[in-house]
Amino acid sequence: MKELGPREPIMMRVGLFIPCYIDQLYPHVGMATVQLLERFDVVVEFPEAQTCCGQPMANTGCTQDAAPLAQKFYEIFKDYAYVVCPSGSCTAMIRHHYDEFLADRPGFSDFKQRTYELCEFMTDVLNIESVSGHFPHKVGVHQSCHGLRELRLASSSELVGESYNKVRMLLASLDDIELIELSRPDECCGFGGTFAIHEEAVSCLMGNDRVRDHETNGVEIMTGVDVSCLMHLEGLIRRQHKKMRVMHIAEILVESERMLP
Amino acid sequence: MNHAVPAAEFASNPERAHWHSESVWFMRQKRDSAVRVIPEWETLRELAAQTKAHAISQLPDYLEQFEQNAKRRGAHVHWASNADEHNRIVHQILAANDAKLVVKSKSMLTEECHLNPFLTDQGLEVIDTDLGERIVQLRKEPPSHIVAPAIHLKHHEVAELFHDHLGTPRDATEPEELVQAARNSLRDYFLRADAAITGVNFAVAETGGLVVCTNEGNVDMGTGLPSLHIACMGIEKIIPRAQDLGIFLRLLARSSTGQPITVYTSHFHGPQPNGQLHIVLVDNGRSNILKKEQFRRSLSCIRCGACLNTCPVYRRSGGHSYGYTLPGPIGSVIAPSYDAKQHYSLPYASSLCGSCTDVCPVKIDLHHQLLAWRKELAVTRVLPWTKRTAMRLASIVLKYTWLYRLLGFLARKLLSCLPRMILYNRLNIWGRQRELPLPPSHSFRHWYRNRRHGK
Repeated sequence: MKELGPREPIMMRVGLFIPCYIDQLYPHVGMATVQLLERFDVVVEFPEAQTCCGQPMANTGCTQDAAPLAQKFYEIFKDYAYVVCPSGSCTAMIRHHYDEFLADRPGFSDFKQRTYELCEFMTDVLNIESVSGHFPHKVGVHQSCHGLRELRLASSSELVGESYNKVRMLLASLDDIELIELSRPDECCGFGGTFAIHEEAVSCLMGNDRVRDHETNGVEIMTGVDVSCLMHLEGLIRRQHKKMRVMHIAEILVESERMLP
Repeated sequence: MNHAVPAAEFASNPERAHWHSESVWFMRQKRDSAVRVIPEWETLRELAAQTKAHAISQLPDYLEQFEQNAKRRGAHVHWASNADEHNRIVHQILAANDAKLVVKSKSMLTEECHLNPFLTDQGLEVIDTDLGERIVQLRKEPPSHIVAPAIHLKHHEVAELFHDHLGTPRDATEPEELVQAARNSLRDYFLRADAAITGVNFAVAETGGLVVCTNEGNVDMGTGLPSLHIACMGIEKIIPRAQDLGIFLRLLARSSTGQPITVYTSHFHGPQPNGQLHIVLVDNGRSNILKKEQFRRSLSCIRCGACLNTCPVYRRSGGHSYGYTLPGPIGSVIAPSYDAKQHYSLPYASSLCGSCTDVCPVKIDLHHQLLAWRKELAVTRVLPWTKRTAMRLASIVLKYTWLYRLLGFLARKLLSCLPRMILYNRLNIWGRQRELPLPPSHSFRHWYRNRRHGK
């Protein structure tokens, strides 16, 4: 088990992939990601040529429009030892949906295995099982679908087998945190990229149900690994003037360190 | 047809949409309890997926083997390449036997082929004998769910319907009373029927036998009384061996309603003494799906309805919003192969959450197939040009880092200085029920650069 403290620095160059909407609209999530990784002695580098992984185009079916972005992404990141991203959905795009654009490129199959979502990078590469920090709040984890069912950051409720949850494991190690059990552990929030617009009515109904599940179970702070889902849920929460706060998991892990006595 | 329109209408009554969502979710919960007691569940799923993939890879051989064995047992086997042919064959069999009244048990295939209206037009009387099917038949509407056809109705609505059609008292709203009324009315049809039409859950190649799963016993009432039995099946229902049933019967009932096994699992091996058994094997587009490698796995479907029960979109938009015989994720994968233009919106009626894929007992990668359809629709330009243009423009912007940065900067500035009434105009679909993100003063890359340069 690794704890915070003096230890060997990790001598590897990690390319930081900050999804476009985080770069432009949620910079504090990117900052928290950098601070968190540096706390574990990871040398982080943000290549400034990056823009977007192409997921919105690919998920709409516009493969031709996604292809140049996938090529660009690969050129920018291919030489890093690891690529780390504070989003499950964008990471899943690279690991599971880039094959059709890059399968013929030498080294790609290795590259996609070196691309990690932030939490799984911490648990699977840095072998961190606990993080020191103090976070005396009731926290609900919204388990975003692509992180869950594409990256398998946790066991999904449909499958029979050993249950595990990399995201909750990191949070659970914080002092005084109260992780709230939700009635639906992994129901979709209804964001779904362009789905949020072209099926606006159903999307918002799903989002409201998700918010209500957190609310009725007494959650103060909702968290998750995908800012896109959280942006949709926060949009509903703010419109309805609810008190619940929304934070990305990196923000919680960074803030909890500051709150250590 | 755009799924979003009827879906929004369904969602516009949140109370009813929630009630529907919860009723359907109840089946998912029952499924969860039933599968968690089977430690080998995932192994069963894998076996089922492989068995189906194998059967489908050798479909012509297994179909011929099935035909030979079924004939050996005295059944008549008919081949129909499409819905029209299927309907004509069924009608010919009925006409040759001078049948006037037909009792029918649940069959998604006959729904797909629109057999009921066809036979009714030919002057026959067709009575659906599954309770849910009977309810939607009396309401003159299609089923809204694969295994629970009337799941969209509340029991007071059924009470009104039965009052009008079956003469039950107006205040008879208890489910038991209503079920009894349906039974009494159906009993009369069973006794008078000239023929029975059933669906098929599994057709066993090595034995020529058919298996039909129900919970109400209506299949057995139907086939036991009249001597003419017509079984209609899609060609993908073939499984190689009788022992494979040990996998599929367990998966079907548990995935579907959370039962260990369906109440009635009826096996038919040839006709009853002095009776006739006709089996109609229907292609109706299935061999086209078989040709497309990325969609082939959808032919493994055993019609359990689990993907509907788990789908957060189906639950909140209702079965009728899909405008196709099969609703939910499986319907959205199959419908476009028949008419991509008409059903273009269905692959987009999903947040791609992937719950359907994980719940599917035969491991169909449903959400990846939905995505594959989206690609197909974009490439063949069935996807509306507005969406294609939006994606083309976004792609151009994102190709050039400087352009992306410039537009990101402008977007943040506009978000922070435009007055609310302009920002939340009618074209801002996001903003109808949601706030836009609060714009930060700088981007992440701005912070990163300053930090690196020690500012």
